[in-house]
Amino acid sequence: MKPAAFDYHRPTDVVAALALLDAHGADGKVLAGGQSLVAAMNFRLARPGVLIDVNRIAELDYLRVEGGHLRVGALTRHAAFHRPVVDGPLGTLLSRVVEHVAHYPIRQRGTFAGSLAHADPASEWCLTATVLDAEISVRSLRGARSIPASAFFKGTFTTALEPDELITEIRLPLLDAGWRGGFSEFSRRAGDFALAMALAVLRVESGVIRAARLGIGGVADRAIRLHAVEAALVGREATESIFRAAGAEASRAVEPSADIHASSEYRRDLIAAMVARALAEAAA
Amino acid sequence: MHGTSYSIGRSPKRLEDHPLLTGAGRFAADIAFPGQVTMRVVRSPIAFGRILDIDTRAALDCPGVLAVWTAADLTELPPIDFRMTRVDGLEPYRQPVLARDFVRYVGEPVAVVFAEDAYAAEDAADLVFCEIDDLAPRLDPLDEPGAFAPGKDAGLRTEPAVLRKGYGDVEAAFAAAHAVVELDVAIGRHSGVPMETRGAVAILDPDTDILTLHGAAKVVHYNRDAIARMLGREPDLLQLSESHVGGGFGIRGEIYPEDVLVCAAALRLRRPVRWIEDRREHLMAANHSRDQRHRMRAAVDARGFILGLDVCFFTDQGAYIRTHGATVSDLAAALLPGPYIVPAYRVEGRIRLTNKTPCGTYRAPGRYETTFARERLIDAIARRLGLDPVAVRRVNLIPETSMPFDRGIDALGTHVVYDSGKYRDLLDRTLDHLGYPALKADLAARRAGGEAVGLGLAVFVEKSGLGPRDLARVNLGPDGAIRIVTGACSIGQGVETAMAQICAETLQVPIARMAVIHGQTREIPIGFGAFASRVTVMTGSAVKLASEDLLGRARVVAGRLLQAEPALLTYRDGAFHHSETAASVDLAGIAAQSGEGLTGEGLFETSHMNYPYGVHVAQVRIDRETCGVTVERYLVAYDIGRAVNPMLVEGQIVGAAVQGIGGALLEEFVYDADGQPLATSFADYLMPTSREAPPIEVLLREDAPSPLNPLGVKGAGEGGLTAAGAAIASAVDDALGHPGLVTRLPITPLALHEALTASAKR
Repeated sequence: MKPAAFDYHRPTDVVAALALLDAHGADGKVLAGGQSLVAAMNFRLARPGVLIDVNRIAELDYLRVEGGHLRVGALTRHAAFHRPVVDGPLGTLLSRVVEHVAHYPIRQRGTFAGSLAHADPASEWCLTATVLDAEISVRSLRGARSIPASAFFKGTFTTALEPDELITEIRLPLLDAGWRGGFSEFSRRAGDFALAMALAVLRVESGVIRAARLGIGGVADRAIRLHAVEAALVGREATESIFRAAGAEASRAVEPSADIHASSEYRRDLIAAMVARALAEAAA
Repeated sequence: MHGTSYSIGRSPKRLEDHPLLTGAGRFAADIAFPGQVTMRVVRSPIAFGRILDIDTRAALDCPGVLAVWTAADLTELPPIDFRMTRVDGLEPYRQPVLARDFVRYVGEPVAVVFAEDAYAAEDAADLVFCEIDDLAPRLDPLDEPGAFAPGKDAGLRTEPAVLRKGYGDVEAAFAAAHAVVELDVAIGRHSGVPMETRGAVAILDPDTDILTLHGAAKVVHYNRDAIARMLGREPDLLQLSESHVGGGFGIRGEIYPEDVLVCAAALRLRRPVRWIEDRREHLMAANHSRDQRHRMRAAVDARGFILGLDVCFFTDQGAYIRTHGATVSDLAAALLPGPYIVPAYRVEGRIRLTNKTPCGTYRAPGRYETTFARERLIDAIARRLGLDPVAVRRVNLIPETSMPFDRGIDALGTHVVYDSGKYRDLLDRTLDHLGYPALKADLAARRAGGEAVGLGLAVFVEKSGLGPRDLARVNLGPDGAIRIVTGACSIGQGVETAMAQICAETLQVPIARMAVIHGQTREIPIGFGAFASRVTVMTGSAVKLASEDLLGRARVVAGRLLQAEPALLTYRDGAFHHSETAASVDLAGIAAQSGEGLTGEGLFETSHMNYPYGVHVAQVRIDRETCGVTVERYLVAYDIGRAVNPMLVEGQIVGAAVQGIGGALLEEFVYDADGQPLATSFADYLMPTSREAPPIEVLLREDAPSPLNPLGVKGAGEGGLTAAGAAIASAVDDALGHPGLVTRLPITPLALHEALTASAKR
């Protein structure tokens, strides 16, 4: 359980980090919280030749509201979301979701941006970014670009990031007071990877759903946005039976993955339950 | 006044805690010597195959590497022998310290690398290339037995032994039966997973030629002799030393290949050699356990009384027979009838080898499995006859008037005679404690309200205090300090405190003045160690005898000092008193007058185990949609005969119950179709955490002391675990209103989902 040999750099500004990424390409790996990467290195499942530790880059350590967005700097730790970071439904929802991100000690160190870059299919933040239409800002010596979440996740541990690119910020659109979020996850134990989870955000007026965002995670190679189910919900009454029907529809929308903890059939039933529960919570 | 606040039955805080709580504990990985060499084990990546070649050249070329060995470098080392339950014909199936001719499980040691540090060792280990001709792995123990060494020795089969036990006329019982109830059940593969992984550090003293192995645990005297035999050394030239041990559970402290390898390497390399296991290694190299299938048939009368029981079970022993020999199967076969009368019994235990990690004992070996099997059968009998499961248990329980109860079969070479027990009384007390009728009504009301909640109960008999003997010496030093030297081992269970309390009961002095020695072969010639819930019974009895012997010697000295007939002196509060002159002398005074101090010695021997017993009750809630099971409440009622330190006993029971819940709901070593282990980290091998563990209630009773030892004690180590699978399975059935649903452990959400889906289709 000792990692293979690697070179280690600890730049203090973004440009220096980008220069290192540019120099080392695919052999370089960004170290943020290290809660997935270091374990993978100890198992020798990951053998980066060069680690570029971004923890000393002060300009990446921020969290602020600006221009209708919550702007999450790349060094923001999971634990920053324990208390609502912004008034309104977004802060409440993020504080609800973060309880499911691994365990308390891990949340002190792991980062929101790191979760997105790692792209674990069962990551709560990847699902959150997908459902809330996050924008991911990335930079390289070649320049800067912004990638919508819908184009960012490519599969298990695979993203649109180029080897020389660094995530610098995630922007989450603020949710005004008319929105309500709901989240439901099932895992073997507290803190384990989700066997299935669902995140729903609804705008309900006079008992009728006016707008809906819905996604599921932990069931395929990436978080899945359920646009068709969202569309079917709009205009319907926010009732248990509608949520159950949405859950059933969601469970038919994917071919769930299988592993030692859950078969595809079992995940299908979990999706139905998680979606119905997340919707019910959002409507409560 | 007889008995101080430190004596038997009180719960003083643990003597051994200060270093542990202040970060001064020394575990195997804390032991380091200048110039030490790190050993790294190269393990088989495939489940079964013929070794064609092991290429070590690239590894040898790595910087910092001192040596790389394969089996070819260790031809003089024999395979690791059995410590227990030797059954004829098992010898060819023992594990070599490095794989020879075949690899038989993923994780089997095939080579070892010795290097200047752990990084260099692991880098080099990655460069040892094994050329292996893959063979089809054997993964299902129910498959017809085949060749163990195909193409090499046709005589060796993957069923190395079949154990048969029984008594009574089984055929007549079935002929007379009102009904015959059949049930097949399975217990998954899981094991004890201590917080501390294994570790072994060997160092040779060139002046004395004494080789010392640190990191030893559990059975240091036996292991000293066995390793010395393997190395061809005199036992006196090998010492085993136990440091702090972060959990034993049966699996830690047995001799494994790594223990022998560090010793052999320290002798050859003439440098200290250190091996510290990592968690991934632990989960595929340390003993697995459980993994049995039971096929049971019970002949019953109309009351559900079992007239006869006919059982065939299969133990998936893994790839080799390790130190425990046939122990688990032997215990399973002998103790399956548990607390019930069962006038006729026939059992066949088939030991099967597969290409998985070899198995050994894990806390409550053979009893966790058979208690699940037997109690599921009792529930099935009740269901079949339309009777209350508690009533069926009551009808079958061995009555107090039948004690001692001779089962008529042997276990671990001892005759099984339940020494004492009030089984029906404990069952009644358990139901009273629960307020059983009201609790059942409350749960029924919750079920009527839509919740899936249920209660399960299981009764069991444990065994403890395995002999044959233990020696203890109690030394009163010239400074008045008391040193209790034992052949016991401490795996974290509170040995020091318990032994000191037993000594304090006789000597009537505070335990703070006592030091307890354990796990050091150089300190005492006889020791049988810590397993089979034996330490308090065996070593504790020896300490009592030694304390009394010491007191007798002190009395003689006191008589001389007080100028009185020793027999006329009164002893209280640590001092002898002359009844007429009011003169007195305490132990420290006696010690000061006695030159080198006084030593009492006690040897306790027994040819029988004793048999604690208990009842487990689980209350569970199930989320029907996710199939997640939450244990809402858990009760262990346990009669221990006499509790030396009730706090320690409760600690044993609570920890064991949580482990039992882990085996019932979470833990399983899963393999894929190629024999690759899929649970090789804590992400997939799921231990219960504080979030999954319910509060454990303990109803501790001392109603049936053991007549077999001077303290009346029985073992505390295992009974908290024994019936957990059985009780939870029954509670899950009850919660879902689906009697008989659970036939396999662990009850994972996936397994429950499959069972419910299958049942809905029927």
